[in-house]
Amino acid sequence: MSFIVPEKDRSLTPGSGDGLESWVGSVEELRGLVSDRALTGETLLLNMGPHHPSTHGVLRLLLELDGEEVVTCLPDIGFLHTGIEKNIESKTYEKAVTLTDRMDYLSPMSNNMVFCSAVEKLVGLDVPPRAQVIRVICLELSRIASHLVWLGTHALDMGAMSVFLYCFREREKILDMFEMLSGQRMMGSYFRPGGVWRDLPADFLPTLEAFLDDFPRRVDDYEKLLTNNPLWIDRTQGIGIVEPEEALALGMTGPTLRGSGVNWDIRKAMPYSGYDQYDFDVPLGEHGDVYDRFYVRILELRESMRIIRQAMKAIPGGPFRSENRKFVPPPRAELGRSMEAVIHHFKLWTEGFSVPDEEVYVAIESPRGEIGCYLHGTGGNKPRRVRFKTPSFMHISALGKLCQGHMIADVVAIIGSVDIVLGDSDR
Amino acid sequence: MSIKIAKAADPVESLRAALPDALLDTKTFRDELTLIVKPESIISVLRHLRDTPGLLYNFLSDISPVDYYNPQGGYDGRPERFALSYHLYSMLYNRRIRVKVFLPEDDPRLPSATSVWPAANWLEREAYDMMGIVFDGHPDLRRVLMPQDWNGHPHRRDYPLGYEQPMFSFNVEEIAKHKPFAKE
Amino acid sequence: MGVVSSKLGNLGVVTTTLETAVNWARTGAVWPLLFGLACCAIEMMATQASDYDLSRFGMELNRASPRQSDLIIVAGRVTRKMAPVLRQLYDQMASPKYVISMGDCASCGGVYNNYAIVQGVDEIIPVDVYVAGCPPRPEQLIHGIITLHEKMRGERFTQWIGKDQPA
Repeated sequence: MSFIVPEKDRSLTPGSGDGLESWVGSVEELRGLVSDRALTGETLLLNMGPHHPSTHGVLRLLLELDGEEVVTCLPDIGFLHTGIEKNIESKTYEKAVTLTDRMDYLSPMSNNMVFCSAVEKLVGLDVPPRAQVIRVICLELSRIASHLVWLGTHALDMGAMSVFLYCFREREKILDMFEMLSGQRMMGSYFRPGGVWRDLPADFLPTLEAFLDDFPRRVDDYEKLLTNNPLWIDRTQGIGIVEPEEALALGMTGPTLRGSGVNWDIRKAMPYSGYDQYDFDVPLGEHGDVYDRFYVRILELRESMRIIRQAMKAIPGGPFRSENRKFVPPPRAELGRSMEAVIHHFKLWTEGFSVPDEEVYVAIESPRGEIGCYLHGTGGNKPRRVRFKTPSFMHISALGKLCQGHMIADVVAIIGSVDIVLGDSDR
Repeated sequence: MSIKIAKAADPVESLRAALPDALLDTKTFRDELTLIVKPESIISVLRHLRDTPGLLYNFLSDISPVDYYNPQGGYDGRPERFALSYHLYSMLYNRRIRVKVFLPEDDPRLPSATSVWPAANWLEREAYDMMGIVFDGHPDLRRVLMPQDWNGHPHRRDYPLGYEQPMFSFNVEEIAKHKPFAKE
Repeated sequence: MGVVSSKLGNLGVVTTTLETAVNWARTGAVWPLLFGLACCAIEMMATQASDYDLSRFGMELNRASPRQSDLIIVAGRVTRKMAPVLRQLYDQMASPKYVISMGDCASCGGVYNNYAIVQGVDEIIPVDVYVAGCPPRPEQLIHGIITLHEKMRGERFTQWIGKDQPA
């Protein structure tokens, strides 16, 4: 397929293999990965994806099937590898926030949060209390929005179309609120190092209040449709069981881990952004199957609402962004009055701020699990290395283990239950 | 029923006592403890940190490679070009630790941690794919994100970010001339 | 109804050309391929869901098979690993077929001018309508679809019959 890169540009391609020739592998390369029966043709090797309606994006699974039963499942990712980590190395810290939005596109706020926290930790920047509470509200709202998409698509995969329509109806309301805050529905880049981009607009809290009054009833509706539905229970209970020890060894985090009964939530264990001030429970499953993971997330919807209600009452006054002018540009109004503000503004928007040549690792609880940011500065205005440890990456690596021994129809249920986002895993 | 839980121990002292040769240096920055160890003893260090009562770093959060390449030469004050950080977490004692190894430029390789944590499997594959660090004893060391026939390791600092000219309104015609538009 | 050149007879009879009638019918029943790549796919789903309700334009039926669909909405960034797959999907679709490039990444690479992303999906498959935005709002996608409808209405039989035969 040589038409993609012209001959002129081809010499600039690093190396000669630019990945554009379709790679022809042989079955011999799978020796040791699939059972020997597959190499003799006794079992069937089936390619599922990357274009498949229920892979939640562009995930490819190589399945070895003995009849209907899955013997081996080899996930293959990278179809959405965007090079975001490498791209950030050429951006200043303030600019890089917009790129982090687009990793886990169902909860952009969590990505912003983990990157901003890493920058704040690296340079020792304070976050004012008002910004912390605003951040908690946004993080929990995006957790609800993310779980709604998960619930809708998971149910859609299993044949329940109407849940999808209901979930997206509520999600639109949350997106409207995000638009109110940042001007964008999804990729708001609302969190910035040192706080948030701007203060809450006047009509935000009443809208949020109205949403919270309405939403519990909606969750009841979803539960009415699914929780005690015999068809749903038949398809989900006893499927894709992970024992707690196994889940930890495989690196699972978040609701997927808590579905197996391991009580680990970073919001409780290592509170950030003032999560220790709120009273909320961490829902736990018992059996570690698809149903438990589903129910943990449903309960998380309710817990998130509890947190938002408490946060709304506790919004303190004061600035919404740090006033450390070495890192945070001054507000527009100050530029007309103060020469120093003009200098800071110019310095920050042309070359950015410098961070020490040190490394930090920050992890927060995203809707999918532990999202971590390993940030290494150079002493200059651009990072040496940014690495995101993403929950979906770990969950997809565990898919092979989860799918073993199940019917091929259950693979769809298992993929849905670990809540993967391919942008999150491939970055 | 009461379970006796050992008191939290200092990982540095514990490691010094058990594996005196392995630990090269320690460092604390913003309350994050970093142990710098020898690459060849990484597996015994990880096992010690995981299994010793009082430490019990039972969860592997991340394996993060970093490249200290400097186009002007040198490694920005580091002994070797590549480094690999294992981020461990102890659920019982609720604390994190970073175990770091430095790897030489010409042959970055170290033993695989898949025998200690199965979660290391894909993380090591990614380190291989993106940085070219080779893990001995890994069950399936193929590329994970890039296509299998890709040349080079994109996250190395000397690998170019991109090679196509950005299109703006002033040069759109020039680019459209040689842009390979697809046919039916 | 869009049949601009039609004439009304006494008994409510519409006379028009066959081409116009066929094109009108086609615009009301475009079956898109169920194909999403990245962030834009979520906005595409939102467009099809309750609030924006794409079935008003006869597009609620997403086909998972490229053989059964007329339209592919490239929703998201196309990586070099995905590019051969996308071309194969396009080649499998039956003529007449249309492509909407949704979002900046699919249209020109967007913010990612790097080693992994194809700088515009028009390097792989011919695009009919580009929709800007990162990600585009559902209204923008709907506008793109209406623009595509306009294009379809103006098409002649000679243009699309035998379109995929080698020239």
